[in-house]
Amino acid sequence: MEAVEIKNLLQQQLGVDIEWCSDENGVGDPFAVVPAEKWLEACRLARGHEQLQFDYLRALTGTDRPEQEVIEVVAHLFSYRLRHPFVLKTRAQRTQPVLDSISAVWPAAEWYEREIFDLLGVDFRGHRDLRRIMMPDDWPGHPLRKDYQQPDDYHGIPTSRPRAEEQAND
Amino acid sequence: MTELVRIAENRQELVLNMGPHHPSTHGVLRFLVHTDGEVMSRAVPEVGYLHRGLEKMAESVNWAGYMPFTDRVNYLEAMFTNQVYAMAVERLLGVEVPERAEFLRVIACELNRLANHFITLGCITMDLGAFTPFVYLLRERETINDLIESLCGNRVTHNYMRIGGVAHDVDDDWLRHLEKFLDHFEPLIEEFRALIVGNEILVRRMAPVAVICAEDAVAWGLVGPNLRASGVDWDVRRDLPYSAYPQVEFSVPLGRDGQGDAQSIAGDCYQRFLVRVEEVRQSCRILRQCLQKLPAGDIKAKVPKLIKPPAAECYAAVEGARGEIGCYVVSDGGPKPYRVKWRTSSFSAMSIIEHISPGLMIADLVAVIATLDVIAPETDR
Repeated sequence: MEAVEIKNLLQQQLGVDIEWCSDENGVGDPFAVVPAEKWLEACRLARGHEQLQFDYLRALTGTDRPEQEVIEVVAHLFSYRLRHPFVLKTRAQRTQPVLDSISAVWPAAEWYEREIFDLLGVDFRGHRDLRRIMMPDDWPGHPLRKDYQQPDDYHGIPTSRPRAEEQAND
Repeated sequence: MTELVRIAENRQELVLNMGPHHPSTHGVLRFLVHTDGEVMSRAVPEVGYLHRGLEKMAESVNWAGYMPFTDRVNYLEAMFTNQVYAMAVERLLGVEVPERAEFLRVIACELNRLANHFITLGCITMDLGAFTPFVYLLRERETINDLIESLCGNRVTHNYMRIGGVAHDVDDDWLRHLEKFLDHFEPLIEEFRALIVGNEILVRRMAPVAVICAEDAVAWGLVGPNLRASGVDWDVRRDLPYSAYPQVEFSVPLGRDGQGDAQSIAGDCYQRFLVRVEEVRQSCRILRQCLQKLPAGDIKAKVPKLIKPPAAECYAAVEGARGEIGCYVVSDGGPKPYRVKWRTSSFSAMSIIEHISPGLMIADLVAVIATLDVIAPETDR
């Protein structure tokens, strides 16, 4: 199925307007953006609908967009049976990003959501085991946010290397 | 008798730390193992020890300058991560890669796949108690490393590909060396099969241990040999063709019930092992065809010195040695990537371990880690 047909089908089934972004010159991948409150429903539909059958969640990730005050969450989907890809997005408010967890739809999402929670600070409702995965549990901040400031030290361990001449003086 | 019943009623779990430093984890990786005796009720992987922030680093270097960083995503698959990043940026730029460069990329990647599978197969046997095959395979890998070193100057972090092509051309001498290596190596696959693949002790450790059914493999996002061992007929090289792969012939080995051993089941550790052995043979086949078909011509397309892709995003995928490696790049039209995301096969393979661990023995966990071929730095990035 063509990407735009998939988007039309989702729009018709969900009963909401879906934002559609595609370049007229065909640069990059086109994608659809569903409202945050329809995120879980859209994913269930993508997995279960017989014309879609997206059984494989290739990747789930996020992008910080401070100028739009949102954090985008992107799911790259693929159907092994029908052999079509699709890019589905949603947006969470940047000040208090909360989304429904889709780990019940694709178990693979469980760790991807932990990663997004860790690096971008999005809270996933209904996740079984939402805790940091890459950074230590007590690490301040979310590194993939655009305004992230790296702390100078972690429990007294400096996060930057001393300059060469300072090292020589020791 | 009453004693036994009493013990059975008050089952107590022991939580055991396996790692972060453990010979079978090949890298820094920890499992919290809940056991009752030798049987696990749960093994929870704890990762992140090798997180280097490669995705964040992308935001502070320019598009071409990120290439050496891609080598570090996985130290055993540098060619593939090079290629998938180059492919993603080329798609945004609309650059056509010259034919010769595509073939050189396939040659480099298949050599990399061989080198990687030698480590994997060697480590599987080593973790299960047979040290000798590892040493033999490492010797062969040295030859490949030498070949790659004379190709691009680096043995592990290759940095061979460029946006628009590859960095260095090959000469006839190099191609002759490659052919000589294949002549020498192909008979060794048979030797390896005869010596170790059917070895009863090794087979009993793997078949039918830790079976992952096809539905689970797809749902948890397993890719590559792990997915094919469960019987899912899927290979990115064949099914979503890219580079010069449409011009070479190869077959895609699958896991099957009873293949190699009557007790083995599709999706168990032994099928994951067998699929990789067969993939080594297929890689040699691809390399031989590339040697015959390598066209003359440019090795790099014309790309501007300062790369500024139009504001768009794209996801590119290649079939790495562990399966699909995905690279999702977002451009805002500037000289630096706005966002780069790596979809790596070890990450999804690691996440299924908690799901399949209940009921396995502690020793089986070693077989699971080895045959799923998880690499800690690739998980953590």
